[in-house]
Amino acid sequence: MNNIEKDLLKIIADMDGIPQGAFNIRANGALAERHTTPNIDIRTKTDKDGIDIIIRPGTKGETVHIPVIISDTGVNDLVYNDFIIGDDADVTIMAGCGIHNCGSEESRHDGIHTFFVGKNAKVKYIERHYGEGDGKGGRNMNPTTVVNVAEGGYMEMETSQIKGIDNTSRVTRATLDNDATLIIHEKLMTHGVQRAETDFSVDMNGTDCSANVVSRSVAREDSVQIFRSNINGNNKCSGHTECDAIIMDNARVSAIPEISANHIDASLIHEAAIGKIAGEQLIKLMTLGLTEAQAEEEIVNGFLK
Amino acid sequence: MLQLKNISFSAENEDGVKEILKDITMDIDGGFLAITGPNGGGKSTLAKIIAGILKPTSGKILLDGEDITDLSITERAHRGISFAFQQPVRFKGITVNDLIRLASGKEISMSEACDYLSQVGLCARDYINREVNASLSGGELKRIEIATVLARGTKVSLFDEPEAGIDLWSFSNLINVFEKMHETLGGSIIIISHQERILNIADKVAVLSAGELKSYGKRDDILPELLGKTSAVCPVLTKNIEGAKS
Repeated sequence: MNNIEKDLLKIIADMDGIPQGAFNIRANGALAERHTTPNIDIRTKTDKDGIDIIIRPGTKGETVHIPVIISDTGVNDLVYNDFIIGDDADVTIMAGCGIHNCGSEESRHDGIHTFFVGKNAKVKYIERHYGEGDGKGGRNMNPTTVVNVAEGGYMEMETSQIKGIDNTSRVTRATLDNDATLIIHEKLMTHGVQRAETDFSVDMNGTDCSANVVSRSVAREDSVQIFRSNINGNNKCSGHTECDAIIMDNARVSAIPEISANHIDASLIHEAAIGKIAGEQLIKLMTLGLTEAQAEEEIVNGFLK
Repeated sequence: MLQLKNISFSAENEDGVKEILKDITMDIDGGFLAITGPNGGGKSTLAKIIAGILKPTSGKILLDGEDITDLSITERAHRGISFAFQQPVRFKGITVNDLIRLASGKEISMSEACDYLSQVGLCARDYINREVNASLSGGELKRIEIATVLARGTKVSLFDEPEAGIDLWSFSNLINVFEKMHETLGGSIIIISHQERILNIADKVAVLSAGELKSYGKRDDILPELLGKTSAVCPVLTKNIEGAKS
């Protein structure tokens, strides 16, 4: 693995060398390295590109890393990854994709991740997207995440795309069974002429299930962001969706939250706010000795922390 | 020494141009100055002019002999002016610890940051990692705001109505904070306040009313006259003041 690839791994997966536990590193469209544990198996799919990650019931405290890196120009990667998380397991899954494109052709990674979260299982899923390189070739990522949470299951998703992705269309679909919980925190920052679309749809089918979908984003320069969320309360449940965006320069942001209650005991809330950085926030930090640019940076970093 | 020389400020409103400050001249040479006077008298405007948030229409501001009238907010902060807002600003994502770190201008340890919070009567452990957002009450925000000024430790510390929104029980604590600041900070502490208990611990008192500096001098010279006047117009206040005195 070369230094560019090592750096990408560090940024997207906090990986300094080989991680502990199970992992699967995919580089430029092919398997680079894999490690499994007695509780976590990773198998290459036979019918299409991708892997199955199988976590035994009752597995506690283990972490799985499945980073994808693309350092060649013109790689067009499409993978299907399935996560089968056994009942009562409690695990952390770190996924991420880093593209370094110095060439003139498009580099693209489309991942379709499907989660089956078992009964009373608990999953924390962290996904980071990052792009770099000064080539003219596009750096594009289109993740689709399908989440099925069984009775009493809990899934927390933390997704972030902070830098360097020209075009992204992120789709998340979830269904929740009785007492299931889904928490999503999305962080997004776009620059230049980048475009990012996110689309969440949650079907709350089980009794007493809950969902909280929160997106925080900063749109700079001439970038465009579109946020859509759709929460359907089909049973006694509670759902909340929130989109909070800072708009700067000539950027454009649209927030389209939708909540549908299809049951008398469904309790649903949506909140959306878009605005520039408040002048008084800048002034306060300037009275502490920061320049206007430093104040802006602190506010943005805090907002996306 | 902070010197205000013939400071005037006017702003446009629906009725035309309104003079908010008229020819204010003051030398503030260390110690504890309380600026008081009726609402709308120009106190907050004067504080914002000192901090550089507003530019005076005419007049000059000098800090230790240097003309700082045209310096930005940031430059004045670097010269040693701190300002606690009357209505503290909220930030999504920025924590109390971040704000105190930014105020101190250097990396500080968690225990140092906690010290500043304890001084303003907040249990540091409960607050240090909280976001400075809408989940904090007005009183909590005010105390954090004061802690940021303590963390800066500059030669001029300005407080715009620090008592507003702070409950009676915490108020005594606050008085202690200002008394302690007075001993340790050394520079000029300027507090805009309506509270007699704050006026009572000041070295000097200035009265600003209708944009004019009505009186400015040693506390013992100004306060009796000031309280005499207030009591003449407000019997309830007279009773309270007399009650407080006895």
